[in-house]
Amino acid sequence: MEANEILTKAESLRGTLSTGFRDEIVKSLYSQAETIAKRAVKTASNKKYDLDQKIDRLVTSPIVGLPIMLVLLSIIIWLTVSGANVASTAIANVLFGIGDWGRALFNQVGLPWWITGFVWDGIYLGLAWVISVMLPPMAIFFPAFTFMEDLGYLPRVAFNLDWLFKKAGAHGKQSLTMAMGFGCNAAGVVATRVIDSPRERLIAILTNNFVPCNGRFPTLIMLATVFVAAGFSGVASSVIAAGTVVGVVLIGVAFTFLMSWILSRTLLKGEASAFTLELPPYRRPNISRILYTSIIDRTIFVLWRAMQTAAPAGAIIWILANITVGDSNLARLIADWLNPFGLLLGLDGVILLAYIIAIPANEIVVPTMMMVYMGAGMMVNGPGTSAGIFDLLVNGNGWTMLTAVNLMLFALLHNPCATTIMTIYKETKSLKWATVSVVITLGTAFLVTFLTASFTRLMGWV
Amino acid sequence: MTEKKTTPPTENCESCPAFYNLEQMGFKIGNFDRVVALAGNPNTGKSTVFNALTGLKQHTGNWPGKTVTRAEGGYQFNGVRYKLVDLPGTYSLLSASQDEEVARDFILFGRPDCTIVVTDATALERNLNLVMQVMEITDKVVIAINLMDEAKRKGLEVDARSLSRDLGVPAVPITARTGEGVHTLLATVADLINGDIVTKPLRVEGTPEFQKAVRELAPMIEQLAPGVPNARWLAIRLLDGDAKVQQALMSGEFGQLAARQQQTDVQFSRKMSVEGRQ
Repeated sequence: MEANEILTKAESLRGTLSTGFRDEIVKSLYSQAETIAKRAVKTASNKKYDLDQKIDRLVTSPIVGLPIMLVLLSIIIWLTVSGANVASTAIANVLFGIGDWGRALFNQVGLPWWITGFVWDGIYLGLAWVISVMLPPMAIFFPAFTFMEDLGYLPRVAFNLDWLFKKAGAHGKQSLTMAMGFGCNAAGVVATRVIDSPRERLIAILTNNFVPCNGRFPTLIMLATVFVAAGFSGVASSVIAAGTVVGVVLIGVAFTFLMSWILSRTLLKGEASAFTLELPPYRRPNISRILYTSIIDRTIFVLWRAMQTAAPAGAIIWILANITVGDSNLARLIADWLNPFGLLLGLDGVILLAYIIAIPANEIVVPTMMMVYMGAGMMVNGPGTSAGIFDLLVNGNGWTMLTAVNLMLFALLHNPCATTIMTIYKETKSLKWATVSVVITLGTAFLVTFLTASFTRLMGWV
Repeated sequence: MTEKKTTPPTENCESCPAFYNLEQMGFKIGNFDRVVALAGNPNTGKSTVFNALTGLKQHTGNWPGKTVTRAEGGYQFNGVRYKLVDLPGTYSLLSASQDEEVARDFILFGRPDCTIVVTDATALERNLNLVMQVMEITDKVVIAINLMDEAKRKGLEVDARSLSRDLGVPAVPITARTGEGVHTLLATVADLINGDIVTKPLRVEGTPEFQKAVRELAPMIEQLAPGVPNARWLAIRLLDGDAKVQQALMSGEFGQLAARQQQTDVQFSRKMSVEGRQ
């Protein structure tokens, strides 16, 4: 018996059946299901259901649906920004205090300077920065996000954004995977498995990186707080900082649509396919499970990953900064060498160096950058405070508003972290698409920052 | 089995694992006696059932399509060790998306000793389509009617006995979140595997021509790939022109697919809980 024979037989047998035989079977399946369900379920009228529907009519309404979404997003980000700011400073003070104490202890014991430096100014400093910059925003954002997820709001987001994705030639479920990307882009990429069509799934994978993941939020939050909101105080400053972050997120979403649109008309041509999306009932979130998931599974996990890359990165920076070449050091030399290119993008050499060192995990960009700058020794107001960072960057290293804005744009648009690239490779099983994902994002980042920098300089704003 | 309880069980006891000799075994699934699959529509609480039985903390979320790979865990019930496989939630088993393929391949080629189809009591009609598709593939099916508490709040009354009678397989009402009915579900699964419960799943009959075609084609498939799990279902898929099944047939993949499903595909891990299941 050959496989071919069976196929031929199946073909010929299909000929004996009436053309719509499968439809007939599906139809009878459905009608049987209907009869059986009707027999088994008795309905009484009720109010809860009506309430669910009323809420749905509101949050998925074509007029106020999107604004409600925006307000919810803003509230979550505002909570994150205002809470993280205070906590970050406190944690930084404690951790840097411990660092001073450790350094003193090592000196007292009489250990050689390079051991003290390597341990406390290299590895420890890297860890201290990562924890103080990343932990607070994550500890606030993740529970809030998980709460919305448990409540059942995410599918409503998909419902609201469906028409936009369709216009871009992409799948409506891409809004679900995009939402997942806020937590972690690698997770967002895996979540694209819910999209049936390979073409639309690839679009979702390639554009997922345009929403800032939790590793990149702290960068945005720090820059928004230190620069954009610098002139304000109290609630006003946190509102402005949050508004800035929301703005950056919206730019990311806009790029998601734009890139999906471009891809669906060039590399991945095709029509958007229709799909059914079930709006699940609203469920009362289980607080203890939310806390468990968001703190243990998400916050601690992501932080641990960041720490694993931050420790060696700290060590590398310290070594680079302490290998003297002539009257300069290796870190400076590399940064100086990268500087012209950095300036072209409105950034500088140190930022690019930090990005290269931080390829394994984007979340350590800011800490890495800070450490290279601090190697030059310019920290007046204490490292954890906004004023201290402002001092270091503006007075110490010649940052302008352009640098801050372009760094935010660069953080938003640049290539996925190593984990995400690996995940894309695993999901697509193709070196080509993994490479395309890097080229698209990095290309966009270079292009956009170059354009903003040139425009700003042309207008004479900097 | 020795009975240690001195007081008669109260209603609260039922939600306590100790009451029904359930031991949650988490990852300890190396040494198991039985394999049970969890199928169902998206967002019906499969992962909640999975967590309740295995004691694992697989992330659950209120949106359809959250689980896209299969996760495995273990539990022990009345001295028998079960491996529990949580499949992606799907509306059907007929399309080409990856999550549906994962679910379908496992139910067919993984030959679980029993497949629990988790259904949403508040949307039974829609859920039954999948139940009936699973019943086309295997007759070892137990229906778990989940979210009974939600149904009650919505004023719905679900008659499990009527459902069970019509479909020819056992149906057990449960509320996975509180653990209500889980004991009965596990006992039913055990009875079904032992042969104490015999199912007679309702299957679509089709026209006489259709039945004749299936009768002709199925033996040919069995001849080509001896021991293939459900030649009848494969024959129907071939008649329907299912490209995936045709492809598997041509490349002689049926045997391989069956072998592959026996291996552990993806073990639940914390890494996955962050990277794959957020």
